[in-house]
Amino acid sequence: MSSRDLVLGRVRRALADVPGEDGAPPEPGPPDGDPSYERAVGRSYLREHGARSVARTVDLLAENLADYRAVVHRATEEELPGLVARLLARRGSRHVLVPPGLPPAWLSAADPVRVHDRAVSTPRELDEVESVVTGCAVAIAETGTIVLDGGPDQGRRRITLIPDHHICVVRVPGQVVASVPQALERLDPARPLTWISGPSATSDIELDRVEGVHGPRTLEVVLVSEG
Amino acid sequence: MSGTFIGMPAFPKAAHEAVNNATLRGNLRHATHTIRAKRAKAVAEVSDWAELREAGKRIKDHTLRHLDRYLVQLEESVTAAGGVVHWAADAEEANRIVTDLVRATGESEVVKVKSMATQEIGLNEALEAAGIRAYETDLAELIVQLGKDRPSHILVPAIHRNRGEIRDVFVREMGAWGRAAPEGLTDTPAELAEAARLHLREKFLRAKVGVSGANFMVAETGTLVVVESEGNGRMCLTLPETLISVVGIEKVVPAWRDLEVFLQTLPRSSTAERMNPYTSMWTGTTDGDGPRTFHLVLLDNGRTDTLADEVGRQALRCIRCSACLNVCPVYERAGGHAYGSVYPGPIGAILSPQLRGTASEIDASLPYASSLCGACYDVCPVAIDIPEVLVHLRERIAQGGRATRNGDTVVLRPAKGHAAERAAMRAARWAFDRPGALRAGQRLASGTRRFHPRTLPGPGRAWSGTRELPAVPAESFRAWWQRTRGGKDVTE
Repeated sequence: MSSRDLVLGRVRRALADVPGEDGAPPEPGPPDGDPSYERAVGRSYLREHGARSVARTVDLLAENLADYRAVVHRATEEELPGLVARLLARRGSRHVLVPPGLPPAWLSAADPVRVHDRAVSTPRELDEVESVVTGCAVAIAETGTIVLDGGPDQGRRRITLIPDHHICVVRVPGQVVASVPQALERLDPARPLTWISGPSATSDIELDRVEGVHGPRTLEVVLVSEG
Repeated sequence: MSGTFIGMPAFPKAAHEAVNNATLRGNLRHATHTIRAKRAKAVAEVSDWAELREAGKRIKDHTLRHLDRYLVQLEESVTAAGGVVHWAADAEEANRIVTDLVRATGESEVVKVKSMATQEIGLNEALEAAGIRAYETDLAELIVQLGKDRPSHILVPAIHRNRGEIRDVFVREMGAWGRAAPEGLTDTPAELAEAARLHLREKFLRAKVGVSGANFMVAETGTLVVVESEGNGRMCLTLPETLISVVGIEKVVPAWRDLEVFLQTLPRSSTAERMNPYTSMWTGTTDGDGPRTFHLVLLDNGRTDTLADEVGRQALRCIRCSACLNVCPVYERAGGHAYGSVYPGPIGAILSPQLRGTASEIDASLPYASSLCGACYDVCPVAIDIPEVLVHLRERIAQGGRATRNGDTVVLRPAKGHAAERAAMRAARWAFDRPGALRAGQRLASGTRRFHPRTLPGPGRAWSGTRELPAVPAESFRAWWQRTRGGKDVTE
C-alpha cells in the first residue's frame, strides 16, 4: 500500500464516529459550491473595522506603516520623480534595481545606475545593489501592510529582498483597502505574493521587537495621489 | 514521533531542576510578561475578536471532519500548479523522502526556515547522518543550533536565553559554522541581529536547496503560506533552485478566503503585532521567479491517531501561535525544556502525548503539567479547550482504555503509579452507593479528628507533600441537616 493510501485510510477510520454536517453526507468538490462548508463556518466577523472616509483610510495606512518603522512620504504624480531621486541620493545609492514594467517617469530624475531585474542575475550580483524601487498590488490600512504580487512594476520576489533599501510606491486611494478580508478579495492566489509590514524585524531576543535582520532594513513607502 | 528528547525524565523531575535555576526563571518571566501585555493590547484593537476566534475554530473543525477530501483536493491543486506531492506516514519516512530529494540535487547543504514539523521529525539530525548540513536561519533557531541547545518555545525557541548568553554563544560558535561574530560584539539586540545578518548572508546567497514548513495550505488553490518576521523565510523560499516543504496534514484549510481569519488572529496571538513583517504565499512554481522545483511532503506522524480521539482531536486545530505558553503559570516557572518535546507548554502537554503516545515516562506525565487554571483556553485563537483535553488524557493514563497508535486501535493498560488513586476512587464509589456506610464513616472521621495527621502516609504522601489536608468538620452536613431538620430547629 502506498503511504498516500495508508494516511488517507487512517484519516477515514479516525473519522468513523463523525456524522456528516447537519446529518447529511458532505458534498464533494470545492468549498465554493458546498453549502455545508459556508454553513459550518458562519463568518460573523467584520469585513472591516469601523466605517471611515477614503481619506481617513489612507491616513490610517500611513499611521500604521509608520508605527512599524516604515518611512512614509506623500507626493503628487508630478512630485514623485523628484522625491524618488532625493530618497536615493540621501541614501547614497549608486545602483538601483528596476522592475521591467516600472513607469519610466518614476526614475526620470534619479542618478543611480539602473540594474534591470533579469533572470540571469545571481543573488550575489543583486547583493551589490543598494536600493530597489517598485509599485505594489494592494495596501492594507488596518495592518499597515503592502502586498507585492510580482506584477510588471514589482518584478521578481528577490529584488525586493536582497537590497537593503526598498522604495515602494502606493497609488492612493486606488490601491488602498481597509482590511485583510478586502485585500484577499483583490489578490490572485496563482501569483507569488509577498506581504510586507514594515522593515525586517525580529522578536527573538527576549521577545522584544528589533528592526533590521535579513530583509531590507529601510522601507520607504510613497503614497502617490492619483491625479 | 522521533523528536523525543532521549532519556528525558518525567515532567516533575525536569521542572524541579528548572525552577531552581534563577537565571532561567528570570529570563522566562521577563519575556512572557512582556509579550502578555502586548498581546492583550493587539487583541483589544479588533472589536470582533470573539467572532474571528469562533470562525477559526469552525474552519479547522470542518477541515478536520473532511480531512481526507481536502488533502486529496490539495494534492490536485499543488500538482496542477507544478509542485510534486509526497506522503509520509511517520518521521522516518519523511526524513528519507527529504534526504533523497536533497541527494538528487547533488547538494550537501540546505538552508532552513524555522519549522515545527521538521523539528518534530528530527530532520536536521537525519540529514547530518546522510552527510548533508542543514543551516537554521531563524535567529532563535540559530541561537539554539550554535549553542547545541534545545528549543524551549514554539515561536522563540531561545526564549530561555538572555541577551548576554546569546552574545556569548555567537562569539564562541559562529566562526566554526561560517563567518565569525564581529569584533567587540556587545549584547544589544540590534548588534546581535546584525551579527546574525552577516553570518547568514553568505549562506542565503549560495543556497541551492531550501527546506521549510508552512503555516497554512489552501486546498482550493494549492497555495502555501509562511508567516515570519526576519526575512530569512523569504530568502529560503525564493533564492534556492529547489524548495522542499514538510507540512503536517492538519495545516490544510479549504478556501483562499479562510486566510482572512488566520492572518488576523495569528500575528496578534503570536508576536502581538497587527501584522508580522513578512508573509510569503506561493502556489506551485512560477516561471522565472523563485525555485524551479517545489516538493511538498505531507506528514502524518501521529496526527491521524490524534484525529481518532473524539476529545483530543481538537488539538489539531492549533496554529502554533504560542499564546498559551506565554500565559501559562506552569510554563513560566518550569520553562520549555521540562516538557521534553519540541511542543512545550499547555499545547505541548496535550499534543505530545497524543502524537507520540503515552508509553514513555515523560509523555505519561505531561497531562499533569498543569494547574487547570484555563488561561490557555482563554487566549487560544482557535478555542482549543486545553484543560478539557488534559483531564481526558489524565483519565486515560490513570484508567487505561482504547486509543489509536499508528492507525491501529490498542487498549492501554492503566498506568503504574496511579494504583492508590484508583483504589481511593473505587472506595469512594462504594461508600457513596451505601448511605449507611457513608454515615458511619463520616461519624468516625468527625469523632477522631483530633488525631488526624497533617500529611498522608504511604502513597498519599506525594499528594500531601505540597498540600494541607482539609480539616474535617465536627459534624457532617448530612448529620447537621437531620439534627436541625434543614436549619429549622436551630438550637445550639
